[in-house]
Amino acid sequence: MAEVTDLIRARKRQDQIFNIIGLVCTFVGILALAVLLFDLAMDGLPRINWQFLTSAPSRFAHKAGILSALVGSLCVMIVTMATAVPLGVAAAVYLEEYAPKNWFTTIIEINIANLAGVPSIIYGLMALGLLVYGLGLKRSILVGGLTLALLVLPIVIVATREALRAIPGVIREAAYAAGATKWQVVRYHLLPYSLGGIATGTIIAMSRAIGETAPLITIGALTYISFLPPSPFQAKPPFVNAQWLDSQFTVLPIQMFNWISRPTSDFHHNAAATGLVLIVFTLAMNAVAIYVRYRVRQKLKW
Amino acid sequence: MSSLAGANPTVVPAAMSASRPTTRAGAVAASRTDYASSGQLKAEVRGLNFHYGQRHALKNVDLPIPERTVTALIGPSGCGKSTLLRCFNRMHDLYPGNRYEGEIILQPSGVNILSPSVDPMEMRLRTGMVFQKPNPFPKSVFENVAYGLRLRYVKKRSLLDEKVEAALRSAALWDEVKDRLHQSAFKLSGGQQQRLCVARALATDPEILLLDEPTSALDPIATSRIEDMVFTLKEQVTILMVTHNMEQAARVADFTAFMYLGELVERGTTSQFFQNPQNELTEKYLTGSFG
Repeated sequence: MAEVTDLIRARKRQDQIFNIIGLVCTFVGILALAVLLFDLAMDGLPRINWQFLTSAPSRFAHKAGILSALVGSLCVMIVTMATAVPLGVAAAVYLEEYAPKNWFTTIIEINIANLAGVPSIIYGLMALGLLVYGLGLKRSILVGGLTLALLVLPIVIVATREALRAIPGVIREAAYAAGATKWQVVRYHLLPYSLGGIATGTIIAMSRAIGETAPLITIGALTYISFLPPSPFQAKPPFVNAQWLDSQFTVLPIQMFNWISRPTSDFHHNAAATGLVLIVFTLAMNAVAIYVRYRVRQKLKW
Repeated sequence: MSSLAGANPTVVPAAMSASRPTTRAGAVAASRTDYASSGQLKAEVRGLNFHYGQRHALKNVDLPIPERTVTALIGPSGCGKSTLLRCFNRMHDLYPGNRYEGEIILQPSGVNILSPSVDPMEMRLRTGMVFQKPNPFPKSVFENVAYGLRLRYVKKRSLLDEKVEAALRSAALWDEVKDRLHQSAFKLSGGQQQRLCVARALATDPEILLLDEPTSALDPIATSRIEDMVFTLKEQVTILMVTHNMEQAARVADFTAFMYLGELVERGTTSQFFQNPQNELTEKYLTGSFG
């Protein structure tokens, strides 16, 4: 009897030991993030105020702000989203629903998986060669957005495919049995039911894109931009224009990189504050993604 | 395999008047199939072979389907009964590598459903199908039933309302859902969801209603409601039903066919089939010796 209790005690001890090891491992990640945030906040939080958010960069650290980088990031994100989402969703729908299973589509699928692993600076080089030199585009918001769109395309495709795969086969069969065409099944069932997954994937792709620096430096996003892109609205009909797409730009991580490479500590505080703004953006987008996923799971329980 | 071939899979030829009125069960069957025995065939399966890639799933199947009757397909798992059912609306065309040989003649037009010149979409528009598990769309009750009509570009609100109500009444669901037509179909119980799926199939006035083990996921009460409904429905539509449950076939079907290893072993009026099976294999299956 005593042997059995000893045995149980020994095994419970094993359990507890692993419990502690696991807890420590978990905390390494969380702690690193906490320290990082704390450090950034110590340096940057005092610098964040209305003036910082609404001023252009300046030679003087206390007059400098991130307005042009903020607007630049926003504009680039708009282009990225407008390009990556339709392309990615259409590609995913094709691969899941239309594509025959043969060696050709297998190669396509393998390459999409590979695409996700290509270092981001390679995308920058490709964009420089293809879009800037090849197509003769300017080093503009348009090119920056397209570059990032290519970068996050695999994320959107994978997320959409997973959302499509989560739809039960019997739902497809029910729709087909009623006499629907493939497009009707995609349009009235598959896309609406996978919207949550697509939205989640898109937001995660955007939070990846907003932090990217390397490909934008490669295509020549400038580090000192003291002006905003032209307004897309005008007094004359048609009241909107697309000139902002052609504008030079900078984005938050590039602005941060610029300031951090300056010698004076005042600029380092600016960099920390920019980093804080960037992290808040990213975390907020992830929070939205989690919320959307939660809502969809509640609504669509297969 | 070879023993089965030796057992001579007797296909009772269109046994519409074969029930013997001398037996007690025969008398019941006669009253049940009177109108059917004088009726027309709705469809006729002739020499049907079906292959899933390399697998020969249906072997030389012949089966007459009289109009406005219930024909039940029974047999052990994997015998090909669902495969046969899914030939009628060409569901197999959705997946690559499937192959049909032989014909299913649809009456009165005489068209071969399986002919490559027939668009699978056309057959799906002309038939209705209900699956093993209730599979309503995550839309409202109304939109579920109206789905087939919307596919046909029916836009007129009054017509939609009328057809949806008629289908829900035929599926014996109207009284339970008339006050919540615009709530999610997922809020209905399992049995109600399955009757909703029947209503969805009926809304477009199909020529043949295909039921693939429609009660296998339901409790006994929900099952008996579906069976009652099927019994009433055959006045409007020809029904072909797969079931794993012999008692169910005995309760609702006018004709029953037994399938085994891809062959159609025996087919007859339900009473004759159960009281006096002609084939040894059928008898063994009915008495529970295998399956």
